[in-house]
Amino acid sequence: MATNHAAPKRVVIGMSGGVDSSVAALLLQQQGYEVIGIFMKNWDDTDENGVCTATEDYDDVIKVCNQIGIPYYAVNFEKQYWDKVFTYFLEEYKAGRTPNPDVMCNKEIKFKAFLQHAISLGADYVATGHYARVQHNEDGSLMLRGLDANKDQTYFLNQLSQDQLKNVLFPIGEMEKSEVRKIAEEAGLATATKKDSTGICFIGERNFKEFLSQYLPAQPGNMETMDGEVKGKHDGLMYYTLGQRHGLGIGGDGEPWFVLGKDLARNVLLVGQGFHHDALYSTSLKAIKMNYITTTPLANTFSCTAKFRYRQVDEPVTVEIMEDGTAHITFAEPVRAITPGQAVVLYDGDQCLGGGTIDEVFKNGERLTYVG
Amino acid sequence: MIYLDYAATTPMHPQVIRDMTAAMAVYGNPSSIHQAGRAARKLVDDARRTLAQTIGAKENEIIFTSGGTEADNTAIFGVAYANQHKGKHIITSQIEHHAVLHACEQLEREGFSITYLPVDSTGCVRVQDVKEALHDDTILVTIMLGNNEVGTIQPIAEISELLQMHQAVMHTDAVQAYGMISIDVNDLQVDYLSVSSHKINGPKGIGFLYQRTNAPLQPLLYGGQQERKRRATTENVPAIVGFATASTLTSDRDVYERYKQQMQKTWQDAQLSFTINGAHTLPHILNVSFTGVNIEALLVNLDMAGICASSGSACTAGAVDPSHVLVAMYGADSDKLHNSVRFSFGYGLTAAQVQEAAVTIANVVQRLVNL
Repeated sequence: MATNHAAPKRVVIGMSGGVDSSVAALLLQQQGYEVIGIFMKNWDDTDENGVCTATEDYDDVIKVCNQIGIPYYAVNFEKQYWDKVFTYFLEEYKAGRTPNPDVMCNKEIKFKAFLQHAISLGADYVATGHYARVQHNEDGSLMLRGLDANKDQTYFLNQLSQDQLKNVLFPIGEMEKSEVRKIAEEAGLATATKKDSTGICFIGERNFKEFLSQYLPAQPGNMETMDGEVKGKHDGLMYYTLGQRHGLGIGGDGEPWFVLGKDLARNVLLVGQGFHHDALYSTSLKAIKMNYITTTPLANTFSCTAKFRYRQVDEPVTVEIMEDGTAHITFAEPVRAITPGQAVVLYDGDQCLGGGTIDEVFKNGERLTYVG
Repeated sequence: MIYLDYAATTPMHPQVIRDMTAAMAVYGNPSSIHQAGRAARKLVDDARRTLAQTIGAKENEIIFTSGGTEADNTAIFGVAYANQHKGKHIITSQIEHHAVLHACEQLEREGFSITYLPVDSTGCVRVQDVKEALHDDTILVTIMLGNNEVGTIQPIAEISELLQMHQAVMHTDAVQAYGMISIDVNDLQVDYLSVSSHKINGPKGIGFLYQRTNAPLQPLLYGGQQERKRRATTENVPAIVGFATASTLTSDRDVYERYKQQMQKTWQDAQLSFTINGAHTLPHILNVSFTGVNIEALLVNLDMAGICASSGSACTAGAVDPSHVLVAMYGADSDKLHNSVRFSFGYGLTAAQVQEAAVTIANVVQRLVNL
């Protein structure tokens, strides 16, 4: 029978086996799209018994897809993930920095390898269960924070280009997490009460130290104060991050001890007392790998807000875009524990302007070499 | 939908369904001494005779199992445990089904030593390699009759010949070959042979292991006295009946060779760049490498276009892992690991469907290559 209806648009959605992407798939299907669920296998975590824990997540993808009546497939990006994300992750740790593999995973895997896969499947749109919003306009796409301020994931999406964003849908970006759970429960989805995943995906629930030690040799060394007083031993600089309190094992009187920096050349971990230790504060930073998600060019210098870590409150900043593509970002007030390797992400109200990687940190114009 | 994955499993033949439906009404336990039991026992005995005849075996040499995997496991563990006092070395190949490979790996963990023979680039084990691998403590050689991924038929009779003056016994996994090439256990000179029902239009959950009279075997299941104490459990009578019916249905296998030619001609006319994996293969398996195509994208696109095909073996998390068979044939770095797809033919498939599928495949491959 002939109909006048156009064929439904095809959406390929990345499904992790979690509640967010499950509900995203359900919503798309209810909106009348032709939905195809794809599970990405990015990490070979087969244990000594030949069991890969991705199996459980894929089982959940299967259950949910069968419940909502959409086809499902899996795709293997282990090689791409290893080459583009994990190698970078190790290199950064080797260089004494604290990398953000989720930012890289979005840039290289979910919105590159996966996007290409989706295109090869004839997708009109690609969707994920991120808490973010995207506005497709005539002159390009804008990215907005997810409405759930607690869950907003634009921080991890700051490296996406116009090309990567142009066919993207974020079906749950307009929702609170509690609404997402409620929809899942009402629909009886298998993942409705599944616990949210935590930590870095390839490490999962495992001990971070133990995991990292399988790939990078740990070199124990001294913990010293900024004045050179030895306070104890560290297990390897890569296990510590700026501003960290736990795991130092320095006792004694007075305020608790915190990581202030790393002296890579001497393999020394710099420590000091007090959450608000002066050495933890800086006033500006240099960011590299800057990416801007705007449809009109930004001024060379502009004011906006910035996040230096996921789930921090925004800080007011002034951004100066340099000739060489880097950016110099000056804070309105000194900020604690700015960490090289992490992302700096810029916002104008709800709009995510893009971001880059924190490369150098300054206090009143002077570079703080001890932070990495 | 056009189903081209008969090597994975096949639809049940209508005659199989009819015979099984009738057998479901025969509820007696074949071990019982009363008339209800005898009625069931007759069905099992008739089926056993029918199946034995298809491979030139005697009735008592057929042990019903839950399928091909259990048949393979029964032979491998059964021989290893029964004959470990004679030696702990086993020879197999790198292209076996996981039902054989993983059983061997388990025996390795239990202290046996296993030789995994390589294959040539057509997927064939070299008889000379078997000869060189044979040692005084070798107790079992297990090599498949026809490979399930690329279809290459193995020189089983020649390998068995090597064992005539050796203590080692010979097992072959004939799950994929059974029903596709003629099999006679006396010509092949094998001591054990595994067969599965669902690959030949019979029901799932049933298979058999041929065990030559007096060949050693330690059972895996203990309990009742069924299968002459070689496999305890009340017989699955309807499945056994359906299996026997399926074994008597003949299909015209030459037609599958014509399907293969038909598909290749279509692709040549469409000027696709492709090569065939395997040589001297089972008639129903066509494994093709399409240059420049990503297999995961190809399989999903084919599925969306209504064509069921497969590749390698899926990992438990659904993603396609490189096929161990292709790795053995071409090495771990070959492009063919990521661009090969298996089409397989069987009962019910028509030439018109094959032609339609060949054209659709050509269109999908062209689109992916030009992407």
